[in-house]
Amino acid sequence: MTIDLKNATFHGYRRENHRVGVRNHVVILPVDDLSNAACEAVANNIKGTLAIPHPYGRLQFGADLELHFRTLIGTGANPNVAAVVVIGIEDGWAKRVADGIAKTGKPVSFFGIEGHGDLETIRRASRQAKEYMHWASELRREERPLKDLWVSTKCGESDTTSGIGSNPCVGNAFDKLYPHGVTLVFGETTELTGGEHLVAARCRTPQVRERFMAMFNRYQEVVNRHKTGDLMDSQPTKGNIAGGLTTIEEKALGNIQKIGRKCVVDGVLDKAEAPGGPGLWFMDSSSAAAEMVTLCAASGYVVHFFPTGQCNVIGNPILPVIKICANPRTVRLMAEHLDVDVSGITRKEINMDQAGDKLLEMMFRTANGRLTAAETLGHREFVLTRLYESA
Amino acid sequence: MIHFVVHDEKDSVGVVVVEGVKSGEELTGWIMDQDKEIKVRAKNDIPIGHKLAIRELKTDETVIKYSTDIGRAVAPIKVGEHAHVHNIRTKRW
Repeated sequence: MTIDLKNATFHGYRRENHRVGVRNHVVILPVDDLSNAACEAVANNIKGTLAIPHPYGRLQFGADLELHFRTLIGTGANPNVAAVVVIGIEDGWAKRVADGIAKTGKPVSFFGIEGHGDLETIRRASRQAKEYMHWASELRREERPLKDLWVSTKCGESDTTSGIGSNPCVGNAFDKLYPHGVTLVFGETTELTGGEHLVAARCRTPQVRERFMAMFNRYQEVVNRHKTGDLMDSQPTKGNIAGGLTTIEEKALGNIQKIGRKCVVDGVLDKAEAPGGPGLWFMDSSSAAAEMVTLCAASGYVVHFFPTGQCNVIGNPILPVIKICANPRTVRLMAEHLDVDVSGITRKEINMDQAGDKLLEMMFRTANGRLTAAETLGHREFVLTRLYESA
Repeated sequence: MIHFVVHDEKDSVGVVVVEGVKSGEELTGWIMDQDKEIKVRAKNDIPIGHKLAIRELKTDETVIKYSTDIGRAVAPIKVGEHAHVHNIRTKRW
């Protein structure tokens, strides 16, 4: 290990609630699909602000609506965000989202379109966004200890090289971060199928194991209720199969390499739920890349490790997504999407310990401000998980 | 030169990690967990990332990778043969 993690620091933005971000976004956040146009107009008016449009937020109810609010509030509350302008078709739900974000102490305002129209709303919201942008642009990074960093992981367009190289590289980095009080998370519930016993064996207490298995079994029931075949081409995906992965069990065993060999699963989280302390958390989630990464951002994670084989090009509006790849063909063909090349593992040019260090070095550079490949290419996939139909 | 990688010596398959493997080629494999080398002759052209059998598998036999069950053979598979969706299926779902 060449990096001294015990005394390691990074330079981040310390927020009002003492969480630390590595980006400084002023977000223009729509509550619903109808408000996307106004949000995008505000972001176009006020340079440096970021609109995050999405297709939902109308006639949702029950647990699905709660998840919608939790995801929007969590996104605004994420420490990578300095300030938020919320726009909804009406005031009530816009206020609800803004009030949730305001609990962090960060600046947030909301605007309802009804009774004003898009143009008047855009005028008022733009004036507010401009004030936030001036204010946020004068915030400075400060030196913070490693434990203030929250790191999430989820892999995508995996192939067999993911299980050989890029996923165990993340596992090696997680094993090194875990003892230093970093807050970590993994998820992808169906993508543990065939290796769920290995995750269960890593749970800290029988209670955590029981809750993990209940989440796992519930998701299996969803698959069994709706499936029309063995899920070939969906899980594993067509890209996984083209990359050489044959069965869900094989994919899952590769996936699980991301939690390393030593760290322990300290607790489980519902979708977009914030963890209660440091350690490794399991979040019950979809295995679709943009859905899972969106949930990680909403849970408060500020840096993401994304190992890939065939190269999923995903990014996120507020969470920097670091791409790690061990497939020499993908490295040759799609280098512009990748941040960390660990293809030397299969040629025995580097060992796993060196690969893990290489990722940690990129983690610190990213936390200190280096833009990821996905950020420079403008990948801002913001995908809300839905639990069932709208009313 | 390493042509394919095996996770564990108990495994029945390895993963080709170089491009352009042709039928009839003698391949060198690296067993990662035990850090050992094996040789296998390829029976098909095998794309990078795809598996080859390093043990003979009968129909319905369990396929082992990561020293764990990854599914079952749905056709006999000979050593050196391409092992993928045409001859292996999941036991789940």
